[in-house]
Amino acid sequence: MDFAWPLLRQLTGKDRTARGEAAKSAKTAALRARTETADRVVKSVCPYCAVGCGQNVYVRDEKVIQIEGDPDSPISRGRLCPKGAASLQLTTGPGRRHKALYRPPGGADWEEIDLDRAMDMVADRIIATRRETWEWEKDGLRTARTMGIASLGGATLDNEENYLIKKLLTALGVVQIENQARVCHSSSVVGLGSSFGRGGATTFMQDLQHSDCVVIQGSNFAEAHPVGFQWVMEAKARGAVIIHVDPRFTRTSALADVHVPIRPGSDVAFVGGLINYVLDNELYFREYVLNYTNAATILREDYRDTEDLDGVFSGFDPDSREYDTTSWQYVGMEAVAASGRREQHYEERTEQERTGHEPPGRAEMHGSAGAPMDGTPERDETLRHPRCVLQVLRRHFARYTPEMVERTCGVPRHLFEEVCRRLTENSGPDKTAEFVYAVGWTQHSDGSQFIRSACILQLLLGNIGRPGGGIQALRGHASIQGSSDIPTLFNLLPGYLPMPYAHEHEGLRDFLQADAPPKGFWANMPAYMISLLKAWWGDAAQPDNDFRFGWLPRLTGSHSTYDTVLEQLNGVCKGYFLLGENPAVGSANAKMQRLGMAQLDWLVVRDFTLIESATWWKDGPEIETGELRTADIGTEVFFFPAACHTEKCGSFTNTNRWLQWRHQAVEPEGDARSDLWFMYHMGRIIREKLAGSTDPMDEPVLNLTWDYPVSGPTAEPSAEAVLAEINGVDAHGRPLSGYHELKSDGSTRCGCWIYSGVYADGVNQAARRKPHTEQDWIAAEWAWAWPANRRILYNRASARPDGSPWSERKRLVWWDEQAGRWTGHDVPDFEADKSPGYRPPPEARGAEALSGVDPFIMQADGKGWLFAPAGVVDGPLPTHYEPQDSPVPNPFHGHQRNPARKVYEHEHNRYQPSGNEPGSNVYPYVVTTYRLTEHFTAGGMSRFTPYLSELQPEMFCEVSPELAAERGLVHGDWATIVTARNAIEARVMVTDRIPSLHLNGRVLHQIGLPFHFGPNGMATGDAANELASISLDPNSHIQEVKAMAADIRPGRRPRGPALPELVRSYQRRAGVTAGTGTEA
Amino acid sequence: MAFDLDHSLAEQPTDGHRRVGFFTDTSICIGCKACEVACKEWNDVPEDGLDFTGMSYDNTVGLSADTWRHVAFIEQRRPLGHQEPGVGEMDFRWLMASDVCKHCTHAACLDVCPTGSLFRTEYGTVVVQEDVCNGCGYCVPACPFGVIGKRETTGVAAKCTMCYDRLPAGEQPACAKTCPTDSIQFGDLDELRERADRRLAQVREAGMTSARLYGHDPDDGVGGTGAFFLLLDEPEVYGLPPDPVVTTKDLPSMWRHVGVAAVALLAGVAAAAWGRTGSGTTGPRGRIR
Repeated sequence: MDFAWPLLRQLTGKDRTARGEAAKSAKTAALRARTETADRVVKSVCPYCAVGCGQNVYVRDEKVIQIEGDPDSPISRGRLCPKGAASLQLTTGPGRRHKALYRPPGGADWEEIDLDRAMDMVADRIIATRRETWEWEKDGLRTARTMGIASLGGATLDNEENYLIKKLLTALGVVQIENQARVCHSSSVVGLGSSFGRGGATTFMQDLQHSDCVVIQGSNFAEAHPVGFQWVMEAKARGAVIIHVDPRFTRTSALADVHVPIRPGSDVAFVGGLINYVLDNELYFREYVLNYTNAATILREDYRDTEDLDGVFSGFDPDSREYDTTSWQYVGMEAVAASGRREQHYEERTEQERTGHEPPGRAEMHGSAGAPMDGTPERDETLRHPRCVLQVLRRHFARYTPEMVERTCGVPRHLFEEVCRRLTENSGPDKTAEFVYAVGWTQHSDGSQFIRSACILQLLLGNIGRPGGGIQALRGHASIQGSSDIPTLFNLLPGYLPMPYAHEHEGLRDFLQADAPPKGFWANMPAYMISLLKAWWGDAAQPDNDFRFGWLPRLTGSHSTYDTVLEQLNGVCKGYFLLGENPAVGSANAKMQRLGMAQLDWLVVRDFTLIESATWWKDGPEIETGELRTADIGTEVFFFPAACHTEKCGSFTNTNRWLQWRHQAVEPEGDARSDLWFMYHMGRIIREKLAGSTDPMDEPVLNLTWDYPVSGPTAEPSAEAVLAEINGVDAHGRPLSGYHELKSDGSTRCGCWIYSGVYADGVNQAARRKPHTEQDWIAAEWAWAWPANRRILYNRASARPDGSPWSERKRLVWWDEQAGRWTGHDVPDFEADKSPGYRPPPEARGAEALSGVDPFIMQADGKGWLFAPAGVVDGPLPTHYEPQDSPVPNPFHGHQRNPARKVYEHEHNRYQPSGNEPGSNVYPYVVTTYRLTEHFTAGGMSRFTPYLSELQPEMFCEVSPELAAERGLVHGDWATIVTARNAIEARVMVTDRIPSLHLNGRVLHQIGLPFHFGPNGMATGDAANELASISLDPNSHIQEVKAMAADIRPGRRPRGPALPELVRSYQRRAGVTAGTGTEA
Repeated sequence: MAFDLDHSLAEQPTDGHRRVGFFTDTSICIGCKACEVACKEWNDVPEDGLDFTGMSYDNTVGLSADTWRHVAFIEQRRPLGHQEPGVGEMDFRWLMASDVCKHCTHAACLDVCPTGSLFRTEYGTVVVQEDVCNGCGYCVPACPFGVIGKRETTGVAAKCTMCYDRLPAGEQPACAKTCPTDSIQFGDLDELRERADRRLAQVREAGMTSARLYGHDPDDGVGGTGAFFLLLDEPEVYGLPPDPVVTTKDLPSMWRHVGVAAVALLAGVAAAAWGRTGSGTTGPRGRIR
């Protein structure tokens, strides 16, 4: 019959040739799209990068059967990149593990373990390690903490999960809480926050379409954020100029109008050159600059510039390698040490103590508000005063000429001049230009200053707060913005409130007096802080007990993830949580990461699969070289399979600062659980075990508000209940509508003040999904943006000082005189009824102290900071320094490297001679590391996924034909790359896309290394981070991995003990010692 | 004249459907390979090997039974319009293009398929029916583009279906839906052709004078393709045949010659048998055409 029917159809129907209808089989005729047969479609968000593409998850019979882009999303319009498109395989494919595993001390292999038992064992270990390492005091000052436990990870997790991690671990006295935000974008928080008042991108990706010129620098936009790149293509289709400044010609360059090659790590010189061009040719937007920036503000007489002091600013102490920032202040207005550096005895403090050094990591407090200050600054409205900021800027950047740019960056003069011309032609009242960067800028030993340089330039051009303008910080994890806002970071509390320091903040009053400045929105900090304490400790937090401020553990210095590694090596840190992070591949100096873990008593890894950080004890590189022996490693390792994004609900905060809610599609299989589940139940078990304890160290955790409703077969806690706590409630338990309702009397509770409003009216505003086709490009009813659903920050600056738009073409927000209100397309980032003509009375405090022409409302002076009198610890202005390891001598001044950078002397973290130092030529080439479209960070979500692995299956290095000829490298063969830390091998790709650079007659070759690979999974290879040193930006503690120096040689690397011997032989040739490269 | 029995079906699909197709505008392709992955996810196409090829960023190499979309990467020392490549003193450009089954108007694969596995759909596309295919493999050499292949694991032919199962649901093919920059556009073929003409003019005006359309011409050797392209260089550069001809083009004349030969043979046999006892002949087996 099967044969007869088609034949019959052929003979009787129209299709006599049987090539069409007649040939169709019964199976073909019955075909239906599986999206059609789904039981339900669940709205979700892609779990990879921070573009935040909408996803539709199709479920049939309680299984996910398809994941596709959500056409309603204004961000992605239904599109997904290869990673997003592979998320069905990521979540349902063979790469995932579903069984909890345990490796006993000295064990040769994993053992399966019952999930409940594993939870119980971990709880016991937390309690024991805490008891064993508890520290009430350090150097006579109360710390109330444990340095024995640390945690890493959070940027791939939900805001609600980050919130529980921070809340529980802080109550347990853990301070070493960190996540990918440290290693990716902490410099953004400092750079943007200190310049504008908030540490997030100033705009949203879709607004790129309105730009007249897009400068992409320090970002490989098309490759790392492909779906976001559609908005660059929109801009281009509308006639915008696309400029890509990058060491390599990438997939971004391929679509740009201009590609400008630049030496890795020299971007401050390049942007400084642009600043100089703008100032020198009087091309700045004068009315904007005069009114909206601190250009007219007058600086103190004792300020000295790097141009005066050969590369350092005034106030530098070469012994401590820190700056005293006193001399950087305005005349008439001084920075209140944002740090809360004030001592307990307020009146006794000296001038220096008040304004001196900021404690480690405190600059990131500017994530949600600028540095606090007091007083009224002196100004010169003519901009002629020799000590006014504009004139100081002119002198500072005067030497950043096209010649110096060419000599420093290797950018040919004609290309530099083309960028100057295109950028300035496309900025002004009628045009706007936008800068886009990513970790190509942040990951340097002066990364915060890279971002500062763009802030200065964009302020001078009048491009901030306006459509098509701004600075977009492209973030690389689904919720890396969220994990900074609700920080799993050591130095911050939710909403960028500072973590207290042991030697400063004994009581809440001192803390608030120190950190709540009289002017600007930070003046309300007491309300934010007390509401947080109330959210955490509920009725136990009362005015008479300082709202339990004393229960917060205290910091005594930098406790960043890199400091934690050293604490592990020193035997101080004994227990470690890895929550969706793979430092054995993804963190600088991967070997030290593993050696640190080998010193632990216990390690908990929560991930989809057995990443390198879970298996180093049996198959890591050090096992192969003989530096570690499995049987000798005493670390207990617990592996908990994690639930994926379709198996839990929660919110991600994307790179637009938008909180987007994901609904749960299905239950996780086997032992897979959300991190919300893990943290909630871990807290529950610990509290049960400690119940009845009278030990004061247990009070914070026993009194923690920890009663989230649970449901379902796994007793999953309610993420929405956590979101409601984050949003906050009033005295009657009603959801708050925004942070303006927060009180300092203890009547309100709020887990993160900048997110207050996300649950306004008891409605999950992050779950709003009005299709983009039904609203304008602002898409105010899609998801929820912090702060207060504003999409373009500082948008008061889109209007003239008098409140009218700068031009029809660029109107966004304007003053409606009749209504007496600000109005427009976006939510005004300004008090809605503050008239442009408002001028504060002299005694005004808080927001009232800001005038009607102050668009940067989180800054104490309401201005965009061209010059940062506070908030940036390594200088008020960006200055070119060479990377930690660089073959090039600093062309600008005697200080080769950032004098305030953080270096770590350790036998496995040796630095290299640089510039003209003897031995520098042993590592003659510049290395830069990067992402590929086809993979995701350290590979845990891509190298175990077949469809992604086949696209980029193996580690490779990119070299120019010239370098290949010089070193005898053969395309497709192997090469070994060597630094003072380690050596790796990679397949050779010879390509014109990584040009050699010409600096002052010297030819400099580059080596390009993708950083995704590691030994586990399907797509394998040595990790680029084996080569990197730990050398950090002093503001953000971010590592320098975007610019290093190395040698390259043909052939595979040696195996076994010969590998460390090769590294040592290079060190000997270069004369590397413990002190090499560590000088200020 | 090509063997044009498909012509009416391809140009005037049945059931009131218009012929649909892909317009792949390579001038805006960012080489992200989302099309490759989305295709595999939807169609459950297996992973196709984990080999580093060194062919720029192309590790997929080409279309096959297990790769239905393939992105080519071409590094050239040639200029791209007015682009300033900034890689030293030379010209440079990096071309990327997503290739796919052409869904030819005159589809040789369909012509040679003896089982009726390959058929012309009501949308004018060409689709393999796995349940009908007997794995003979005739279609593989028949394709002038080298698109179709035989899957090792199942032994049957496999290629792009233009997501035949998605179309009735009003969904576009997975590759077109996912494409971040709209380099892959799906729709009514006539409309796409018009859009492509406009785009070509734009691209040429922008200085990319070597831009051309490929496969849009109904008078080419395959009668035009249902999936056509805007290329920025010669087709060979992308691994595409410059002048594809349906391999069954000569089939009618071959059949005519066969007929003449058969007549001649019969005549000879008849002549030889004249006066003797008669004998019979058999015709070719298989589908009646």
